[in-house]
Amino acid sequence: MSTLAKDNEHDHDHKPTGLKRWFFSTNHKDIGTLYLIFALTMFFVGGSMAMIIRAELFQPGLQFVDPQFYNSMVTVHALIMIFGAVMPAGVGLANWMIPLMIGAPDMALPRMNNMSFWILPFAFALLLSTLFMDGGAPAGGWTMYPPLVLQTGDAFPFLIFAIHFLGVSSIMGAINIIATVFNMRAPGMTLMKMPLFVWTWVITSFLLIAALPVLAGGVTMLLTDKYFGTSFFNAAGGGDPVLFQHIFWFFGHPEVYILALPAFGIVSQIIPTFARKPLFGYASMVYATASIAILSFFVWAHHMFTVGLPIKGELFFMYATMLIAVPTGVKVFNWVATMWKGAMTFETPMLFAVAFVILFTIGGFSGLMLGITPVDFQYHDTYFVVAHFHYVLLTGAVFALMAAVYYWLPKWTGYMYDERLGKIHFWLSVITSNVLFFPQHFLGLAGMPRRIPDYNIQFADFNAISSIGGFSYGLTQLLFVYIVIKCAMGGKKAKAVSWEGAKGLEWCVPSPAPFHTFETPPKLTKEMLEH
Amino acid sequence: MLFVLFVLPVSAVADWGLNMTKGVTPISRDIYNMHMVTLWVVTIIGILVFSVMFWSIFHHRKSKGVKPAKFSHSTTVEIIWTIIPTVIIVSLAVPATSLLIRMDDTSEAKVTIKATGYQWKWKYDYLDEDLTIYAALDANSSEIAQRDSGLDPMEAENYLLEVDNPIVLPINTKIRILTTANDVIHSWWVPDLGWKRDAIPGFINDNWAVIEKPGTYRGQCTEICGKGHGYMPIVVKAVSMEEYKDWIEVKKVAQAAAKNTSNMVLTMEELMTKGETVYKAQCLMCHQANGEGVSGVFPALVKSPIAIEDGRRLEHIKQIIYGKKLMPAFGEQLSDLDIAAVTTYERNAWGNNTGDIVQPKEISDAR
Repeated sequence: MSTLAKDNEHDHDHKPTGLKRWFFSTNHKDIGTLYLIFALTMFFVGGSMAMIIRAELFQPGLQFVDPQFYNSMVTVHALIMIFGAVMPAGVGLANWMIPLMIGAPDMALPRMNNMSFWILPFAFALLLSTLFMDGGAPAGGWTMYPPLVLQTGDAFPFLIFAIHFLGVSSIMGAINIIATVFNMRAPGMTLMKMPLFVWTWVITSFLLIAALPVLAGGVTMLLTDKYFGTSFFNAAGGGDPVLFQHIFWFFGHPEVYILALPAFGIVSQIIPTFARKPLFGYASMVYATASIAILSFFVWAHHMFTVGLPIKGELFFMYATMLIAVPTGVKVFNWVATMWKGAMTFETPMLFAVAFVILFTIGGFSGLMLGITPVDFQYHDTYFVVAHFHYVLLTGAVFALMAAVYYWLPKWTGYMYDERLGKIHFWLSVITSNVLFFPQHFLGLAGMPRRIPDYNIQFADFNAISSIGGFSYGLTQLLFVYIVIKCAMGGKKAKAVSWEGAKGLEWCVPSPAPFHTFETPPKLTKEMLEH
Repeated sequence: MLFVLFVLPVSAVADWGLNMTKGVTPISRDIYNMHMVTLWVVTIIGILVFSVMFWSIFHHRKSKGVKPAKFSHSTTVEIIWTIIPTVIIVSLAVPATSLLIRMDDTSEAKVTIKATGYQWKWKYDYLDEDLTIYAALDANSSEIAQRDSGLDPMEAENYLLEVDNPIVLPINTKIRILTTANDVIHSWWVPDLGWKRDAIPGFINDNWAVIEKPGTYRGQCTEICGKGHGYMPIVVKAVSMEEYKDWIEVKKVAQAAAKNTSNMVLTMEELMTKGETVYKAQCLMCHQANGEGVSGVFPALVKSPIAIEDGRRLEHIKQIIYGKKLMPAFGEQLSDLDIAAVTTYERNAWGNNTGDIVQPKEISDAR
């Protein structure tokens, strides 16, 4: 073993073996893989909680769980999906692909990279351990509004510390991405020549660095309110419960774009590849992404129109919110224009990307409706909102992540995935997710509040349909795991340029990508810089 | 198919209760119209954009032998599709602004009520009348809603949307509705009135409604407020001004009678029956029907020292009156008779069997 390891040191592709390889890894590809596997695991943990929710809501009456546990499921499902599934999946892709896309040998800060990943399992161990505690897991909603969240039992400090850890991990990841992109681009890779996926991640990283410390501050104030007698949010002590909501959503709205911007980047890579045509309006895509990111800091109060803001505030936040529709519209138009007069084929990544454009746009439409303050007084905190954010996060962000996995899987494993199964997975996903979430628009408009474990019989039919969609969507994702594992085990060999129309540096290295790439900076040709 | 689904609620299905309600106030109608306008705008934009996209998907395929074009930008087109959405948005923002300004004007209201959220019921103060009403989930829904109750929610017409004590409001009158809360944040929503408003401890929000049609209007709490969040409905009965005034008088008499129970003397049996009713309405959500509570959050009453030890009888009464930690103070909400009955019930039910009889007099002395 030791001689083998020694021999390997002379090998160009040497890597540590066994557990050490993964625990002590400083390799961006291995850490990227860890992130992606972790995210997929959490996707199923959070998904099984969603199954419990849909089972309870399948018919009126209380059949499976107590209301308190139901609230815990609602709360922990959201925390896991946001912080455990979508964000780590995005960071995993960034780790794998950014160095390959800009011609860097690795991330700029490899040890910190290791740490930012390995914090995650511990943070989620803290969070998930609360399920077994006296008083149960946090049940006040992922938004953690006081005073309700202060009624949490023993789980409370675990919730706060888990959030702190997740924030630390994300901030380290963001610093790493910024340091890498600004210092390690291959000569000739100017900022405005970077692939859009890299751009969206740079902008996302700035959002993370700006937003997450605010959340950390807010939850720390919760902690001191509960244990150290402060009254930041306690009206009886001169505090203000609404202050927390301002702090939370000052983080929370940029967070929405932290989840969505990398998805925009992914789709902007995939559509040109399968349309065999350059991305339309590259520069306007970059500017639109940056405008969305900047605007995201000025719209937070649209999550809290019903708290009784002064009318001038309500008007300001309504206008700012509606304004976001403009750059978002530009992006959608650009994607459609990229497809226009291309020579398209529809492999699984393209199918998911096209579905993303349509379904994310539907989520955007309901978002615009929610942004109109007087009407929001009816929509707010109903299933209309639940439908809205699942359209942008599941059929939006998650579909884009799935597209990315299918797109780059050949580069990661060296094998093509099973295209027929991939297409089946796509069609089942797109149908079931719409059966799951579309009826929730109707439920919300008809008056069903969110976060309730039981409901009046007038909501029974659509809840039953939604639950059937939910179970089917959940089952369908097992197929995804099978496809990924099957691809990792073998199959048709992937070429270096795995897709006919693929452009960019990541396709200049062999498939699978060697353990070390670009140890000397690549000489960029004009063709490599095409988007 | 998605287009069809998106258009469906607009027309035919509107009558099936899938769309937003038009409600019964001028504001709720304006909100409905604003909702419909926006829905149509986004539907049309959606149809246009997706039609172009699908046309491209069907025609610009490699399998049809097309050669990909090379263009990658067009400043003119990009300017056009930045300006058009901006214009659309401004034209939506103008009516939205005027509607919002109208909603904001709560002046010159004839009747003012204050809704206070409790875990998990609503208290209503008729500020002009010195009348207070508590409204909690009705006993029928509550019974069905217990896990594995074996009862069918389909058989209860207003399952989870019925209260024990509905409030009454006059029609064709500007009513100002204040919202606040006693413990955590709640939100007061009756869709037919057109809006919801958060009820926040330490703060008072206001809104208003002119109900144009007599009837019973139902809603629910819409801000997660703990395990009983799904179980604190709102029921508003809108009647003519004369009926409203009669109702106020009747309720005032009942309120005075409830305050005056301290000299009543009841038998054990009467107290236990009354106590069980009070327990089910007020205590069951936390301490559970079997008095076992919920481990770690809500303490058990069964064999709990405070509920069985003779020396702690006064402490037991005082905890009900004044509350403790998460437990609300029931002193203001319940009459001496109610508290006496529920104390007796708790000290004798589920095998606690202390034999204690607590009379209303003992409560008024403890206050």
